[in-house]
Amino acid sequence: MNAPTKIELSRRELMGTAGALVFAFSVSEPGAAMAQQVMAAPAGGANNALDPTELDSWLAIAPDGKVTVFFGKMDGGQGTDLAMAMIVAEEMDVPLKDVDVVEGDTARTVNQGGASGSTGVRFAGAALRQAGAEARRVLVMKAAEKLGVDASQLTVSDGVVSVAGNPAHKISYAELIGGGHFHSKIGWNKQYGNPLALTSPAKPKTHDQYKVVGTTQPRLDVKGKVFGTAPWTQDIRVEGMLHGRMVRPPIAGASVASVDESSIAKIPNVRIVRKGDFLGVVAPREWDAVKAARMLKVNWAPTTDPFPDQAKLYDHIRQSPVTKSDKTEDGQVDAAFAGAARVVQAEYEWPFQSHASMGPGCALADVRADGVTVWTGTQKPHFAAQGVAGVLGVPVEKVRAIWVAGPGSYGRNDAGDVTMDAAVLSQAVGKPVRVQYMRHEGHGWDPKAPASVHRGRAALDKDGNVVALEFWSRGFSRLETNSTEADPGDTLAGMLLGHKGKRTPAFNLPENAYTFSNKRLGWETVAALLPGASPLRTSHMRDPLGPQITFASESFMDEVAFAVGADPVEFRLNYLTEPRDRAAIQAAAEKAGWKPGKAGTRRTQRGDIVTGRGVAYQQRGGTIVAIVADAEVNTRTGEVRVPRVVVAHDCGLIVNPGALRHVVECNVVQGLSRTIHEEVKFDHRNVTSVDWLTYPIVEMADAPRVIDVVLLNHPEAISTGAGEATMRPLAAAVNNAIFEATGTRLRRAPLNAARIKASTV
Amino acid sequence: MAQYRLKVNGTVHTIEADPDMPLLYALRDDLKMDNPHFGCGLSQCGACTVHLDGVATRSCVTEMSKVGNREVTTLTGLGTPEHPHPLQTAYVDEEVPQCGYCINGWVMTAAAFLKTKKHPSEDEIREALAGIKCRCGTHTGIVRAVKRAAEKMA
Repeated sequence: MNAPTKIELSRRELMGTAGALVFAFSVSEPGAAMAQQVMAAPAGGANNALDPTELDSWLAIAPDGKVTVFFGKMDGGQGTDLAMAMIVAEEMDVPLKDVDVVEGDTARTVNQGGASGSTGVRFAGAALRQAGAEARRVLVMKAAEKLGVDASQLTVSDGVVSVAGNPAHKISYAELIGGGHFHSKIGWNKQYGNPLALTSPAKPKTHDQYKVVGTTQPRLDVKGKVFGTAPWTQDIRVEGMLHGRMVRPPIAGASVASVDESSIAKIPNVRIVRKGDFLGVVAPREWDAVKAARMLKVNWAPTTDPFPDQAKLYDHIRQSPVTKSDKTEDGQVDAAFAGAARVVQAEYEWPFQSHASMGPGCALADVRADGVTVWTGTQKPHFAAQGVAGVLGVPVEKVRAIWVAGPGSYGRNDAGDVTMDAAVLSQAVGKPVRVQYMRHEGHGWDPKAPASVHRGRAALDKDGNVVALEFWSRGFSRLETNSTEADPGDTLAGMLLGHKGKRTPAFNLPENAYTFSNKRLGWETVAALLPGASPLRTSHMRDPLGPQITFASESFMDEVAFAVGADPVEFRLNYLTEPRDRAAIQAAAEKAGWKPGKAGTRRTQRGDIVTGRGVAYQQRGGTIVAIVADAEVNTRTGEVRVPRVVVAHDCGLIVNPGALRHVVECNVVQGLSRTIHEEVKFDHRNVTSVDWLTYPIVEMADAPRVIDVVLLNHPEAISTGAGEATMRPLAAAVNNAIFEATGTRLRRAPLNAARIKASTV
Repeated sequence: MAQYRLKVNGTVHTIEADPDMPLLYALRDDLKMDNPHFGCGLSQCGACTVHLDGVATRSCVTEMSKVGNREVTTLTGLGTPEHPHPLQTAYVDEEVPQCGYCINGWVMTAAAFLKTKKHPSEDEIREALAGIKCRCGTHTGIVRAVKRAAEKMA
């Protein structure tokens, strides 16, 4: 398979003649046919320009028989692209090495929703599985005609169709249509984005026929990243490009009163772009743009301080009016509580967290009269193309968004904002503009994971059985800023230019299979602290709300287990009947060497170090994860180490066990970072977590010594996704381990040294 | 603006720049080199690391006027797909990266470390790499890869 290569195109090659986008594909490239198809497609949105009902929109076969898969999501380094290649290789019976994947380019891929909700394998994989099966069916039919035999007599191996029992009587896929089109229709459910599904007469293989799916295969992106031969968004350059930098207000929400242009007069060739409160600079040299943004003197209009005391954040959440709520209820919850022998209750708090991507957002936009191209690291390039069209006031079919791997990709980070900034600047100066945010913007102005408060209540009978459970969450919306940039109002540039955005109030319920007969689960959202272009606007960050809710719900399960003197593993199993949920918990406990015993009795001590072990479990979209974590707490300093984490992971059918282990491992470490370190700090005026000192994350010393991953494969089930599920119960497992170690229950994240010391020493 | 002579991966370049411009911008903006990376501009993450006469150095805070005659080596100068550094081979074998943006800093720092330290323990490896950031959480893979490379280089 081909590694990604550098994009080195001149501007002339990138954008073509008036009236239509011209795509710079060489004719030998398998996607050339796609490009022509795009150009021939009627208006209706660049993101929707490819016809989903054409098999050619999904797959192409080159003259040498190599297969290109057109994947309308993208892979952020978790092997999702490889999973697509494996699924298609499996269905088409072609060698995996001959399958290449084109991803996240609005001109070449159908909108499958971008990276979203751990649905890459689940939804896009299912669609491409059908496309692969249909391609094989169509090719076998063509072969039957050429070979003069009935299709039922044909077999396919390594892209060659031959007559069963007479292998010399054969024809290859390349000979059948190599370099040409399928010209064959495929059915779809008429839904773009994540739900997009394909239908056709072809029957995909059953799992017992799999030869490729289920095996460990080397990822496609690794070499390019290790040798620096593959581009990140930051590496894209075009001829005549200018560098842009944005200027942000010192007080969040402040308007620009005036700009003193003379303050940067000494910097050569710099231009100021101001449109209302949208303020940036561009310069031919990058360092000049950096300096200009720093030195530009801006008079900001007086404004009131937008934020409350951070110390009162959780009270603010508790006391603010509810903007929206939802709940589910089973049984007679109030009656059960009224008749309870005992009630256990606890509240938990989770802070704002920042994507804090490894590199601040970067994008390159080339806005021309005849069309717009943006190179973007956003997870959802098809939607970003819509947003760019909206903010520039151009038809969406004139916008091509090309996804290039960005630094990190765990939800709605700053990649979408910077794309819009670059587009606005490029339009203003009539040249291609590359914008790379500075570190303080990457931390300070990216959309945040919501802060929230959660309350668990359990009604117990006299024997310690849970007769009712209530779990309630209240926090900022996960969609104050939408998870896509389709509406300009969901980006900083769009809001500064007057677009409002959807600002949907939304939260989530816990996902688990506990069988409490009386159960009430609910949530409430509160209004954003500052509407609009706020550094504390909230959106999706890896497993939106999963860590928050599960930190609380699974810490609470342990509190109830402790209250009734139960073993935390056994206690959970007592309220679970689903075999796969039970199996995950049992597998984690077994691998960890869990010793049965009452909650609160797993403490060992050596000198200043106390050690404990905790468990937590949760589902995410059908994926089941159980974690056993060990914690070592220094009773003198409060410092916590997590030397070992055991994860039992059931996401249904496993496509690539090796890549899956990697995804789970990284989830553990990132999850640990959010559990023990991460908290966005702010004062009355603005976010004050603006770099790695003011927003500490996991360090080498923190990373577990051992991460044991137990993969529970269910080939008979659908693949339900792995990108986020492990993140979900990690914080609670660590918190429960800290409780075992210290005997003190923590209820506010992050579980950092200062907090542990304050609560236990 | 002043003129600077910069030797990068064995090739000499002449660059006009402000004395206070960080070396990173000369490498990326003037010489169009894709490694190192801008991560923070504050010497807090390591993504910009290069070798100056073999010493791992954060190029995002190294002003042009302070580079002097020291030779700059970037990731490309360390190894290529055809002639990989043992760390790069180990990173590929262990499939370390997720987004991969931070790799430059880890590899360049570990390469300088392994030149001076044979048979490092896991604690010594972790200590040597302290302070470098990885947002994806590939730390355990990094430790495995550095151990693997250390064995090869010993």
